[in-house]
Amino acid sequence: MAGAPTSLHMGAAAQRRLRRRYAREFRFKAVSLGALGLMALFLVGFIGGIVAKGWSGFVTTEIRLDVTYSERHVDAGDPAGGGFRPIVVEALRKVIPEATERDDMRALLGLVSNGGFVAVRDAVAEDPSLVGKAVEIWVPAASDIDMLVKGHVDRGLPEDRRRTDDRTIGFVDRLEAAGDIRATFNWDFFTTGDSREPELAGIGGAVLGSFWMLLVTFLVSFPTGVAAAVFLEEFAPRKKWVDVIEVNINNLAAVPSIVFGLLGLAVFLNVMHLPRSAPVVGGLTLALMTLPTIVIATRAALKGVPPSIREAALGLGASPAQVVSHHVLPLALPRLLTGAIVGMAQALGESAPLLMIGMVAFIVDLPSGPMDAATALPVQIYLWADSPERGFVEKTSAAIVVLLAFLVAMNGVAVYLRQRFEIRW
Amino acid sequence: MNVTVFTVILLVLAAAGFFMGRGRAIGLAAGRPASLHSRPVHHGWYVALACGLPAIALWVAALAIGDRLVASSVVASLPQDLRDASAPVLTRFLADAETLARGGAPVIEITPDLEAAAERFASLRALEHWIGFAGAFALGLVGFGLAFRRIAPAHHARQPVERVLLAALLVAAAISILTTVGIVFSVLFESIRFFDKVPILDFLFGLRWSPQIALREDQVGSSGAFGAVPLFAGTLMVSAIAMLVAGPIGLLSAIYLADYAHPGFRAVAKPMLEILAGVPTVVYGFFAALVVAPLLRDAGAGLGLSVASESALAAGAVMGVMIVPFVSSLTDDALAAVPQSLRDASLGLGATRQETVARVILPAALPGIVAGLLLAVSRAIGETMIVVMAAGLAANLTANPLEAVTTVTVQIVTLLVGDQEFDSAKTLAAFALGLALFVITLGLNVMALRAVRKYREEYD
Repeated sequence: MAGAPTSLHMGAAAQRRLRRRYAREFRFKAVSLGALGLMALFLVGFIGGIVAKGWSGFVTTEIRLDVTYSERHVDAGDPAGGGFRPIVVEALRKVIPEATERDDMRALLGLVSNGGFVAVRDAVAEDPSLVGKAVEIWVPAASDIDMLVKGHVDRGLPEDRRRTDDRTIGFVDRLEAAGDIRATFNWDFFTTGDSREPELAGIGGAVLGSFWMLLVTFLVSFPTGVAAAVFLEEFAPRKKWVDVIEVNINNLAAVPSIVFGLLGLAVFLNVMHLPRSAPVVGGLTLALMTLPTIVIATRAALKGVPPSIREAALGLGASPAQVVSHHVLPLALPRLLTGAIVGMAQALGESAPLLMIGMVAFIVDLPSGPMDAATALPVQIYLWADSPERGFVEKTSAAIVVLLAFLVAMNGVAVYLRQRFEIRW
Repeated sequence: MNVTVFTVILLVLAAAGFFMGRGRAIGLAAGRPASLHSRPVHHGWYVALACGLPAIALWVAALAIGDRLVASSVVASLPQDLRDASAPVLTRFLADAETLARGGAPVIEITPDLEAAAERFASLRALEHWIGFAGAFALGLVGFGLAFRRIAPAHHARQPVERVLLAALLVAAAISILTTVGIVFSVLFESIRFFDKVPILDFLFGLRWSPQIALREDQVGSSGAFGAVPLFAGTLMVSAIAMLVAGPIGLLSAIYLADYAHPGFRAVAKPMLEILAGVPTVVYGFFAALVVAPLLRDAGAGLGLSVASESALAAGAVMGVMIVPFVSSLTDDALAAVPQSLRDASLGLGATRQETVARVILPAALPGIVAGLLLAVSRAIGETMIVVMAAGLAANLTANPLEAVTTVTVQIVTLLVGDQEFDSAKTLAAFALGLALFVITLGLNVMALRAVRKYREEYD
């Protein structure tokens, strides 16, 4: 048989079989890699798209006004009570002198945001000596103008299908040519509360609301979660009821977040009568939701401390409580904090339970404490995403960028803590 | 003087007890710490707990009981016509009187009656707080004195302190049980009230869902508008689409990462999936509503299909992507639990990697994978924000994924957002839906845990 291939392993049929098997192997590998590639593609398109959209949300369009506070319109005794619409129109006519008709006036007034009129008023209200003088003020443009200048309006569309008519576009082009329109970084976006007008809306209120809420969540869930984990891991007797607690915690971790919202609504609002829309209620609700996460993470951290440490301390005469508080907990601290931060990041991104307890209200004022009515960053995103105005799209994306930045920062701290302080035994 | 100030004073008293107790123990030791049975810290805690615990407990009890006494006393002082008013009116009146007493702005009009009630509230509250505080403070001082006198080198301070500590830890662990009990009771009670108004069989098997027309009390039941089948069907469809996306992609990527990828590739790909897992669901919802839904609609129009702008497909597909990291990470755990020796044996017999995966590793890891998929289904069913933002509101019993459907979670949100009254069938229906959601997801979780426990092969 020397030299002749055995038909079972080397024959033509066997070769075909082998080729088929290898082809299947190749296909399977390619499809698996394709699945991962699909996710990578999605991630790039998803995050990239939102960041690209949100970028212009951090920039705002301003119009320069050469305001003259003539005595005809402003009374020096009561500067805030003046008529500021004519003042703004006059200022704009310095660039566009031929705009005199009624429709022209309306178009001119439409260029400036309501916040612009407020800015013109506040300037003279703060400094009444301006009456009778001329000053240069940069005021925010109306949202439609903002969109136009940023190029979000398709000028090729027929006039009746655009939100800005040809007359307004002509005015804007004139102002732009005269250098009276500029784009600046929108600092107000970070400090102001919500608004019905996209160009004036900010995330300051939502960020503060999220802050107060997370503070409550952390203060409640961290000590409780760590204590529960220490009990289960270090002190619990091997009894049936301890098993019940364990199974219960694992099940709680998988309960949908909206059910925690129902719990918050029924217990904190309807039974305990805590104020609606307040961060304290949101914080308590989210605390119950993050509790299982923290317990599970803490138990993993405690398991990571080798028994020899406990035995050594016990051998030197420490009581079990001293073993835990002097040795086990400090050694587990980095991983424990990592778990807590991950839990907090999860709570920061959560919005469904907050809808249940009234944190979706339209709130302009900044909350000054956990009892004030407030909204949270993800809920603000939800509210803006629901708004029909074109200007809110970029605001929503910008708010998402801020939220993602917070999450990245928190997870970055967690990774740093883990790598810097974790002890490998 | 308000509640916060009094509470802080009691805490300061306890803190003072700690430092004085510790100081006295250190003094008694006179430089020889070994002469003490318990460490000075334990003596300090002993005194602090002896004076703080009873005082705080009495203070809390006094507030709880006192508030009821004050309220009933205010009600007793009200004119007869107000006392005979319906319960909601009276509750509103009392709440506003309380607000006014605190200096806030009441909802109802300010009348002399309201002002009188507010004044009575304010004075009685102040009295209540002073009495409660005085009692608590006195009790604290007594505890302090008794504990402080017992400090001696031979005094066993450590044991009682550690017993209290252990009790505190136990209470913390019990909070999780309380949470579950709270969830069960809050949804169960409201659901029972709902089923008083709408028969449970109508709810479970009714084919029509339109809670809007049942806003008024007298219409409830007669309209039969609380049939939840369209919601269950919609939830099922969106979850099924999500699992069709997440199942294969999650499984395949986990298999690739576990059995094919270089360590360097793994180090890049795993964090990528973790990033996707960390993105808040509201962001996915925004993406689904703003990008995916219009994309599908345009693609459908190009193919001559009519795709609803809030189609189940858009919401389901994006939800699927959201769940991929979850499926992949749980599958990864299951694959990692299969011993290397099985892989080596299969490869050593000449099987390709694909054959090894399909015939050896997957069967061995199956219980874990099934459990992971069940947990993923439970997540898809409970997911809220994506469907709230990208799925429809109108209940629509259809099998066409291109049409708009609504889900259980969407309806819970729409029924409860902005709704203040708590007695209408509309609001209660949300709790009945919540109960259904809780029971279904709990069942899936329990099944998942069972699957792992029962079918897991022990290799080591």
